Amino acid sequence: MKSAVILFPGSNREPDVVDAIERSTGRKPAIVWHRETELPDVDLIVLPGGFSYGDYLRTGAIAARSPIMNEIRRRAERGTPVIGICNGFQILCEAGLLPGVLLPNASLKFICKDVYLRVETSQSLFTNRYATGQVIRVPVAHHDGNYFADDATLDRMEQRGQIAFRYCDPDGNVTPEANCNGSARNIAGVFNETKNVLGLMPHPEDATDPVLGSVDGRPLFDALAEAMA
Amino acid sequence: MKAKVHVTLKNGVLDPQGKAIAHALGNLGFTGVNEVRQGKYIELDLAETDRAKAHEAVKQMCEKLLANTVIENYAIELVE
Amino acid sequence: MSRTSPTPKARRPDDLMGLTPEEYDRAIAILGREPTLTELGIFSVMWSEHCSYKSSKKWLKQLPTKAPWVICGPGENAGVIDIGDGLAAVFKMESHNHPSFIEPYQGAATGVGGILRDVFTMGARPIANMNALRFGDPSHPKTRHLVAGVVAGIGGYGNCVGVPTVGGETNFDPSYNGNCLVNAMTVGIAPADRIFYSAAAGPGNPVVYVGAKTGRDGIHGATMASAEFDEKSEEKRPTVQVGDPFTEKLLIEACLELMATDAIVAIQDMGAAGLTSSSVEMAGKGGLGIELDLDRVPTREAGMTAYEIMLSESQERMLMILKPGREDVAARIFAKYELDCAVIGKVTTTGRLVVKKNGKVEADMPVGPMVTQSPEYDRPWVRTPARPVLEADAVPAHDPGQALKTLMASPDLCSRRWIWEQYDYLVRGHTVQRPGGDAAVVRVPGTHKGLAITTDCTPRYCYADPETGGAQAVAETWRNLTAVGARPLAITDNMNFGNPERPEIMGQFVGCIEGMRKACLALDYPVVSGNVSLYNETQGQAILPTPTIGGVGVVDDVTKTMGLAFQRPGDTIILIGETRGWLGQSLYFRELCRDHAVAREVWAPPPVDLAAERRNGDLVRALIGAGMVSACHDLSDGGLLVGLAEMALAGGFGFAIDIADAVPLHAFLFGEDQGRYVVTSADADTVLDRARAAGVPATVLGRTTAEPRLTLNGAVLISVEELRAAHESWLPAFMAAP
Repeated sequence: MKSAVILFPGSNREPDVVDAIERSTGRKPAIVWHRETELPDVDLIVLPGGFSYGDYLRTGAIAARSPIMNEIRRRAERGTPVIGICNGFQILCEAGLLPGVLLPNASLKFICKDVYLRVETSQSLFTNRYATGQVIRVPVAHHDGNYFADDATLDRMEQRGQIAFRYCDPDGNVTPEANCNGSARNIAGVFNETKNVLGLMPHPEDATDPVLGSVDGRPLFDALAEAMA
Repeated sequence: MKAKVHVTLKNGVLDPQGKAIAHALGNLGFTGVNEVRQGKYIELDLAETDRAKAHEAVKQMCEKLLANTVIENYAIELVE
Repeated sequence: MSRTSPTPKARRPDDLMGLTPEEYDRAIAILGREPTLTELGIFSVMWSEHCSYKSSKKWLKQLPTKAPWVICGPGENAGVIDIGDGLAAVFKMESHNHPSFIEPYQGAATGVGGILRDVFTMGARPIANMNALRFGDPSHPKTRHLVAGVVAGIGGYGNCVGVPTVGGETNFDPSYNGNCLVNAMTVGIAPADRIFYSAAAGPGNPVVYVGAKTGRDGIHGATMASAEFDEKSEEKRPTVQVGDPFTEKLLIEACLELMATDAIVAIQDMGAAGLTSSSVEMAGKGGLGIELDLDRVPTREAGMTAYEIMLSESQERMLMILKPGREDVAARIFAKYELDCAVIGKVTTTGRLVVKKNGKVEADMPVGPMVTQSPEYDRPWVRTPARPVLEADAVPAHDPGQALKTLMASPDLCSRRWIWEQYDYLVRGHTVQRPGGDAAVVRVPGTHKGLAITTDCTPRYCYADPETGGAQAVAETWRNLTAVGARPLAITDNMNFGNPERPEIMGQFVGCIEGMRKACLALDYPVVSGNVSLYNETQGQAILPTPTIGGVGVVDDVTKTMGLAFQRPGDTIILIGETRGWLGQSLYFRELCRDHAVAREVWAPPPVDLAAERRNGDLVRALIGAGMVSACHDLSDGGLLVGLAEMALAGGFGFAIDIADAVPLHAFLFGEDQGRYVVTSADADTVLDRARAAGVPATVLGRTTAEPRLTLNGAVLISVEELRAAHESWLPAFMAAP
């Protein structure tokens, strides 16, 4: 599988996702600087975590207007899988590739800890190695992860199966206590309508190596490796 | 010409920073503050001298970058 | 030369910018004339306590700094040690105490930024941050505000630059009410043969400024009233530097990219005293001169004077000397990251720092004498009086379960989760041992090795007996590294003290250094970098002497990193080391004996037997390496029962122990005797045999249990759940209070 990780000024979690992809595919992704206007021929595009442009103006806002984003939009429309993690999710929302927006956490504090996620659907090329309803443990590390969209949009997304992950307790119950950042309807990750674009706040890439404490993120990268093989 | 742009959260969008400010004001003994909504103020120094053109340009800037219209409103004020 | 700010002859100016009259006269002797305003500013910062170490130099020289694995000891931006595989660990700790007290968010944030620059300046990619924080009494009105701001600032900066903040320590004590301590440490990794130093070389080589623009940040406050400035100058001059972690991130990437080429001759970050200290240090170390044209310095504000540009403490800036003709390489890389990059001068053979602005010479001073003839003081000091030993029988015995619960919910022992969850301790995907353990462990990228990192100091011991406290701080870092299975290699020190002009404070400094020296020698554990922060006092109230030690060690196989969590029921719990039940200066004494007569005295802290420390630690490390240990925890604050409780909380299992000993029970359970560990093992006999062979005391205490309860001599003390609730709730409740 050929993949590209997009590097923005202030991206900082690209080594994590590069390592995760290499663990699942045996191949290192290409690193593409945000000022490029063309992408190599790839099967997967990754927008990694970080603080692009220092989160100034709004998280992801300035990166979403980077030259490379036009090409990413074009590839996404043609069906190339795109995953945005944390800051990557924020950028995809700002770029209009995903619905909604990420606001500051309800606590107004940065939060770094392991959380539990309920996989809302296994019917996607990202999540087909999980069972629908499966509970996984992965870390979050963000200041602006509070997902917001208006109720009509959320209803429509739910009908179309666009909710990928929700914050839950260890038993899979979607509770207010498990909602670590105040997200609407406990949403941790969403798809676009055609389900080839996924954005999520938690870091499955940091849960792909036993020495780091969890491998629950590994099936996501394994699924992509298999789909693109 | 200077453009002053105020970016504010739309009604109904949760504003935790505004809430925190309101809470802090209460702690400091300021009563009678019903609600606090915080926003951004952006000042632009423009080369354009035509008011209508300047307004249109700044409007485009707001739509494309300065505000996220999913959650934010903006107001433009031009000053000679 | 033309001078823009002549001073009347034969008269010292009213404002010497912090220099003493004698120091001012020495400056005149070096120059052979009176200094210009800019020159006076340069002398004042170069000869400040912060830059010159004038009160501490004599004593710092006594610390051992050499070992076969030391590549670079104190004197450069950071220390460098060889960790094998052709790699070096580069690290240092530095204080940002005063700025953090004035503006906690920005003070702490820029502290993190500064220490990061010290490390990547040497060619290392930073892989971990730590911090040691000390705040005043929780009931003091400023404490909560300082905790909130400092923690948010450390997180705000570290999280954005993408360097994991993997641990640290936090203490509360009323002596810090007017002076909180923020000691930040960074550890980086570099190829051992690609370390960058600051000594200028190659006359004619370009001096290049990179990074953020220069503004009027943090300029020497003492000169505010100088007639050289107009009345409006005060409002133009922010006293608090503001950090921009986004720019720092770009600066890291740009510098490392440039370092991968062969363009750089020397590099130095612009920290305190900015362009002044960086250019003087580079020229001084190289035995050369530097000529600067300040008109070429990228500035953020119009109309900055030479004085302001030379003394600005704007953040996120570096000074480099490049090979001739390589300016384009640098310009291209810095343009990619949208950072300023400007040739602002050149290296000369004159041995002088020459500063020009608008074609005028604003400073022209000999660098060598400025450095070698900088003031050095042998300040008078008195030894801290010896304290009496507190006999265990004189200390009230409380119910062990209640005492444990009180201690585990006390400000100094409660969970720090509220703090560390605001730090990204995972970014870059190498954090093996997360915050909350004895030492953090971060995998060295591209290897199977781990770096173990810890910071420690027990100021209440240092106050009672500086020498023992200094030794204990070093030994505790060594012990913490050992407890995760690491080989301790070297330390950085951050000496935080009160006013050195008071002999009793200077005596604390001298005593701590002596203890540190002995411990470093006994443990083969040299000092490779450090920082001194003096005058931490307000209205005559000095802080407790706080020589914070940052220790670094190597775990050879990171998958064998040892943790403190009980792993399973049925393991045997073994206490390693000797227990005499030392309660003097213990937390039990402080937290539970407040209303008792003994609380009115200062008592001798637990002695540190360095030979036993080494013997015990070497045994524990060997046991871990041989795979005979399932969990390990060092015993320090709170003593044995607190240590066991922490292991139970981390693992979610209980324990049942039986103690029938000559020592009074409360002293055995809560004494803070040094050099001890608790290990659990499925093979107790082998552990005991190995301990016997090594001449190390080892005592079987009992077993881990599936039932989540803490049981002592057949009686349940407390459930794990009740203990967890008490342990986790204090800090969030404290911070949430209005």
